[in-house]
Amino acid sequence: MERSANSAQETDEAGNKIMPTKVIGRKFLGHRRYSDRIFSSLTVFFAFVIVAILLGMIVALNFDALPAIRKFGIEFIVGTVWNAVTEQFGALPAIYGTLLSSAIGLLIAIPISLGAAIFLVELAPNWIRGPGSFLIEMLAAIPSVIIGLWGLFVLVPFVRNPIEGWLGDNLGFIPLFQGPPFGLGFLAAGIILAIMVVPIITAVSRDVMRAVPNSQREAMLALGATRWEMIRRAVLPYCRSGLVGAVILGLGRALGETMAVTMVIGNKYALTPSLFSPGATIASKIAGEFGEAAGDVFVASLVELALVLFAVTLLINVIARLLVWRMTSVKAAQE
Amino acid sequence: MMVQSIYFRRKWINRLMLGLSGIAAGIGIAMLALILGYTLVQGISFLNLDLITQAAKPAGEIGGGMRNEIFGTLILIGLASVLAIPIGLMAGIFLSDFGSPRIASAVRFAADILAGVPSIVVGVFAYALVVRPMHSYSAFSGGVALAIIMVPIVARTAEESLRLVPNSMREAALALGITRWRAVLGVVVPGALTGVVTGIMLAVARVAGETAPLLFTAFGNYFGFQGLSNSIGALPLQIYNYALSPYSDQNQQAWAGAFLLIILVLGISILVRWLSRRKRV
Repeated sequence: MERSANSAQETDEAGNKIMPTKVIGRKFLGHRRYSDRIFSSLTVFFAFVIVAILLGMIVALNFDALPAIRKFGIEFIVGTVWNAVTEQFGALPAIYGTLLSSAIGLLIAIPISLGAAIFLVELAPNWIRGPGSFLIEMLAAIPSVIIGLWGLFVLVPFVRNPIEGWLGDNLGFIPLFQGPPFGLGFLAAGIILAIMVVPIITAVSRDVMRAVPNSQREAMLALGATRWEMIRRAVLPYCRSGLVGAVILGLGRALGETMAVTMVIGNKYALTPSLFSPGATIASKIAGEFGEAAGDVFVASLVELALVLFAVTLLINVIARLLVWRMTSVKAAQE
Repeated sequence: MMVQSIYFRRKWINRLMLGLSGIAAGIGIAMLALILGYTLVQGISFLNLDLITQAAKPAGEIGGGMRNEIFGTLILIGLASVLAIPIGLMAGIFLSDFGSPRIASAVRFAADILAGVPSIVVGVFAYALVVRPMHSYSAFSGGVALAIIMVPIVARTAEESLRLVPNSMREAALALGITRWRAVLGVVVPGALTGVVTGIMLAVARVAGETAPLLFTAFGNYFGFQGLSNSIGALPLQIYNYALSPYSDQNQQAWAGAFLLIILVLGISILVRWLSRRKRV
């Protein structure tokens, strides 16, 4: 978009406006040649394959979830029992587990990511900036099953003792920190999710902060502000909505994360305030049971779980995209 | 006196907060070092030739390897690439060169949303689309699931790099009197080749480690490749199974497999980085 907008304003040496290629193509060649028409329709076709996949997903998930939607209705969302024998399926503990583990993940990830983004944009000398960003982005490239493996054998024992032991001894009066320290559970899942969303939130907030015009920084510094005051009063307020977008993007990733969470959350269908308790998320429930599910209603219930997850992440991604787009396209227009 | 103490406070708050942000960046990098370092050290200590030359042994027996799963992962990646690259590349060409702005931004939006769909949901969709009609878990359904994840990545990166090709090149090609499709395939795409290839590699790196969409599509298979319509093993699936296994020999193989997978995925990522840096200079 920016590109074609730019090229429309370009002029040649004589000062004549250069027309964008698209127009030239359409005018002189585009639709006179059959081969062009065929190629052009082919690109249209494949572009719409993408749209079709998305629409197909919506239709297929709704269709396959129909037996469960018919049978349970709204009960599905608020029900707390998941019993394949009596064919009773309620999603609340899975939804609760998803929200709780994501909340823990974001709580840990937000300060780290924002701090890292501030460091990378405002503080780091040039020679650190590139490699620093790259290393944090590498974290996003590690396959989730490997983070799960590491979580299972390294993080979980560490969470059991000292983390949960210490929290239980010192803050045990809060319901969040009561119960036996299993290691496997919401807390471990939350920490794993934090590790997985830090690179995303950092990368997006870095881009958004970079989009803040330097004039804002200079104006603040000219008033005698310290560097932190400049960041706090000029940079962060200017790109607030973009930062919110970055966090929401991270949330979308956390909600849908499957393998690593499945491996460390313990997979117990529980509705409890204790962070130490094993639990389940929507994604872990599907991953654990879909392959072996028998019976229409059972399968349909798992598909309905997928549908809930799909709907929520869809909504979250749309919001986040709009926030981040608005932010970064402002800069693109200014340049 | 008063003025001085305010100044003093501001100075120290400044130092504190800037220091904290440096620490935060350090934590981010430390996470990478912890996971990467541990996996590499563990993995290399359990690595042996059997891992790539032997098939899996039944649970409880010592030895065996992941030959079939490594091969399976390569087949799945190949299959997914064959399906996703034409779709992604053509869609990218549409977005950069053929689409009207309004339709293009709708397609772009759809691609971005598709890229954000959790991979487990893609797995459930591929199950409904392929596994159920075919009445069997299959390598093909696994390839379809991975292709759905690859398509938006390939399309968006192809679009970005095609747009970087200067319009003067398009105009020069058209001025020679060739058709638009030949101008696109013969001039624009070759001009953006590094970027297009980078995008494809990025997509491959992403799906090479995907496990969730394969759980109930490729499903896993201890006996190696038995055609596209049969279930097939995959390295990440096997790492998952062996990680949860009660046998320490299988746990060790999970680490060794993780080592291979991480070398594959990070190797591609670093190559991508190197390619795209070279392009910019």
